[in-house]
Amino acid sequence: METTITIKNLTKRFGDVKAVDNVSLSIKPGSFLTLLGPSGCGKTTLLRCIAGLEDPDGGEIYIGDKLVFSYDKGISQSPGKRELGLVFQNYALWPHMKVDKNITFALEIQKMGKEEMQKRVKEALAEVQMEGYEDRYPREMSGGQQQRIALARMLAYRPKVFLMDEPLSNLDARLRMDMRAELKRLHHVAGATTIYVTHDQVEALTMSTEIAVMKEGVLQQLAPPDIVYHYPANLFVADFIGNPKVNLLDAVVDGRGSVNVGKFNLSVNTDNAVGNVVVAVRPEDVTVSTQPVPGAVEFSAYSVLPSGADTTILACLGDIEITVKESGTSKIKMDDKIWLKFNPDALNLYDKESGNLIACKN
Amino acid sequence: MANLAAAPNPYSLRVVATTRRFIRWLTRPHVILSLIMLFLMYYMIIIPLYRMVETSATWQPRDVTSVPNAEVGKFTLYHYARMLTGALGKIYLSTPLQHSFTVAIGATLLSLLIGGALAWLVIRTDMPGRKIVNQLALIPYIMPSWTLAQAWLVFFKNRLSGGTPGVFEFLVGQSPPSWLSYGPVPIIICSALHYYTFFFLFVSAALMSIDSNLEEAGELMGASRWRILRKITFPLVLPAILSGFVMTFSKVMGTFGGPNILGTPVRYYVVATMIRGSMGVGDKADGFVLAIVLILFSVITISLNQRLVGTRKSYETIGGRGFIAQVSKLGNMKRILLTAVIIFQILVIVVPLALLIWSTLMLQDGNYSPSNFSLQHWIGARGTVYNHGEPGVLLNPKIYKTAWNSIRLSLWTAFFTALLGILLGYAIVKGRGTRLSKIVEQLAYIPYVIPGIAFGAVYIAMFVKPLGPIPALYGTFALLVVVSVAKHIPYSSRSGVSAMMQVGRELEEAGQIAGANVWQRFRRLIFPLTSGGFVAGFLLTFITTMRELSLIILLVTPQTQVLASQTMFYIENGDGQMANVVILILIALVATGNFIIGRFRGGSLKKGLGM
Repeated sequence: METTITIKNLTKRFGDVKAVDNVSLSIKPGSFLTLLGPSGCGKTTLLRCIAGLEDPDGGEIYIGDKLVFSYDKGISQSPGKRELGLVFQNYALWPHMKVDKNITFALEIQKMGKEEMQKRVKEALAEVQMEGYEDRYPREMSGGQQQRIALARMLAYRPKVFLMDEPLSNLDARLRMDMRAELKRLHHVAGATTIYVTHDQVEALTMSTEIAVMKEGVLQQLAPPDIVYHYPANLFVADFIGNPKVNLLDAVVDGRGSVNVGKFNLSVNTDNAVGNVVVAVRPEDVTVSTQPVPGAVEFSAYSVLPSGADTTILACLGDIEITVKESGTSKIKMDDKIWLKFNPDALNLYDKESGNLIACKN
Repeated sequence: MANLAAAPNPYSLRVVATTRRFIRWLTRPHVILSLIMLFLMYYMIIIPLYRMVETSATWQPRDVTSVPNAEVGKFTLYHYARMLTGALGKIYLSTPLQHSFTVAIGATLLSLLIGGALAWLVIRTDMPGRKIVNQLALIPYIMPSWTLAQAWLVFFKNRLSGGTPGVFEFLVGQSPPSWLSYGPVPIIICSALHYYTFFFLFVSAALMSIDSNLEEAGELMGASRWRILRKITFPLVLPAILSGFVMTFSKVMGTFGGPNILGTPVRYYVVATMIRGSMGVGDKADGFVLAIVLILFSVITISLNQRLVGTRKSYETIGGRGFIAQVSKLGNMKRILLTAVIIFQILVIVVPLALLIWSTLMLQDGNYSPSNFSLQHWIGARGTVYNHGEPGVLLNPKIYKTAWNSIRLSLWTAFFTALLGILLGYAIVKGRGTRLSKIVEQLAYIPYVIPGIAFGAVYIAMFVKPLGPIPALYGTFALLVVVSVAKHIPYSSRSGVSAMMQVGRELEEAGQIAGANVWQRFRRLIFPLTSGGFVAGFLLTFITTMRELSLIILLVTPQTQVLASQTMFYIENGDGQMANVVILILIALVATGNFIIGRFRGGSLKKGLGM
């Protein structure tokens, strides 16, 4: 059941635009890979290339050990032969068929027996907790229910690979939370290699075993969620991942572990970086206090945004702006004087020119 | 270099890969369909046009008798010189062209006035009975276009033709002046009263889509109602008006029936009647020259028109859906306008039909005494002095055959048109953005700008001899089907595209993922999902084909006669009352068809027009 997917130098152009630009990646069997990036970054195009709905302009795709696409050999298997399932953003349930027909469509094409088909429908509906909905038309169900039916339709013919194209983006916030848990569970049970497209970094971080961040068709980083979060490979990834956003400060390093941010200095545990850099520090890696603390820098609280479990504080010092996250409800009020302390073990340094990670926290 | 021999030949590999990629491109459903459609349209549109131009520019067998050094089949501009210059040119072309232009412009402007006003009253005022008016306004369109002309003649004719008095003379005691009985005035009025429906449909759709916030904003700024209408509403419906203009103008330019009935008795010829005249005496090449001029004229007018509004020819929803249209309060004018609309609709629908029925119940035309009442034209015996000895229409086997031809023609045409519509829609929508799709779409538009009678003329030149895989079709029933389908291609492609747009591409892709092949996808997904559009297209085409005259008048033979052309032959034979009986039967058939349209969910005239 567990299948590797290997992509080599894949390129897809639309006119002059390279939607997917020389992407190579390998997906381990049974993993849950998320293609993450802002809209227009090529993540959906890449998914459609894997599904066989787009014909790439270069490169190769292997599903398992089967070569399903090769530009140089002129090979491209039709989507139906690639043994994969796809859940579309708008579900794409066939409006003229009832739920059971929607599910059995693929099974009928495989010429499966009647009884076996009925069994599969029952199982699939049970898996998405939609028993008893066989006789509904898609328009007679809510968005969340249609979403579950779309999943059941894919599960019923047991593809080796699950592809999902922003399947939760049309649901309301509450339902989306529930479905995340369900989808993760489903993947855990089925164990099929899954490729999941989203622009929602929280979704990516919570669900994936691996995240591939893309920008303008180019793969930026491929790593497990915690690596992507804590050690973003470049400034784009650092900026894209995390909520509230990472703090990025222009700075100069002297090569002896001291970073000059302008109004104050920070110390880092590395001495192999010199020159112009960007310092990245996550909001939760800054400690805030209402009293002067040794090694802390005095800021002023520009805005305080409590959200129950934690409080986000925007602190200002001249034109330097720092976002801090404090757990619980903060007692700090706007315009209060506050002292920020930067954890020297939690700073990432990026090259100012290339934007690449040059020195990272421990 | 050493292992060169062992390595696979990269060149041959590349050839294999390129071939595979090409075959894969070629076997994509929308590409195959596009190519098939291009092939079909090449045969149905391009070749006939080419043949027409070719014939018009070569010596014809009959020229040999009048021109000594003519060589049949060789290139010559003789026909052009003959038809475009000198005294003949004046008679054959420049005068009829002026007439055509006068009639087309006059009828289009009058249509705009009637259709625009009705649309505004129905959509944007609080006039009572708007829903019924909305329904009734479309009735003139489902009647054959020359019905009104025939009715006009029954009422207004003077002694100039046939020598019998019309109803006007019977009532007033005086013969109406000839300008009122025949010529441009009645032609313009009768055409406008038929074709205003295009403006009505287009303008009411545009008015419905205007968010009244846009107008309210103007009102808040203190603009007067007239100023708002002029400065805000009018520019927003302008694209719709221009679409209506293009459609009406090219229709009237190519219309044969009305001008033949109302113009020919006083020698007021338009290009359409002139083409028929030339073809009638066997002068194909001369007729083609006229047809080509008519086509060019129509194309130039239409493109000029589109240039004037720039590229904004689309009349897409402005402001979005779900707004509440604010209606103008008519106040005191309410009654007056409602009365005017009722009188208008009685004049356009009830009076003409009553006149036609009346005329069919008179034994001798023009004798209005009760003793002249007779059912001779309906169920009279064979061999009387009336109608050249033909029996009454209902006892006439020839009419039954003709009616069957009409129904058969309409069914086949409707079926192929609706099918082509779906296939064209698929090819165009799935290929959106590719050059192939653009070519298909543009080619499908060509018949739109070719006036009806000229399109019929195009087909005379075609299929006289077998052509490629197609046998000689001249004089066959199949030719009528082919020409009718070809003329409908622009409408079918438009409605097909809009039907296909409703079907998201994911629905078919989900089928692909599930492993369905092309045929399974079409049969189980595409066709069921577009069946509404198919039915709408089918029924609309059924109706329009049933009452189409200009297109086929040049192509029918006694064997393939249909009701529409039969009426014209009766009229030309002096059996006007028989013609009126046939017109009434035709209207009854079309009305039945229209009734069926109403029965089907989602089927409507608007949908069929691709709106």
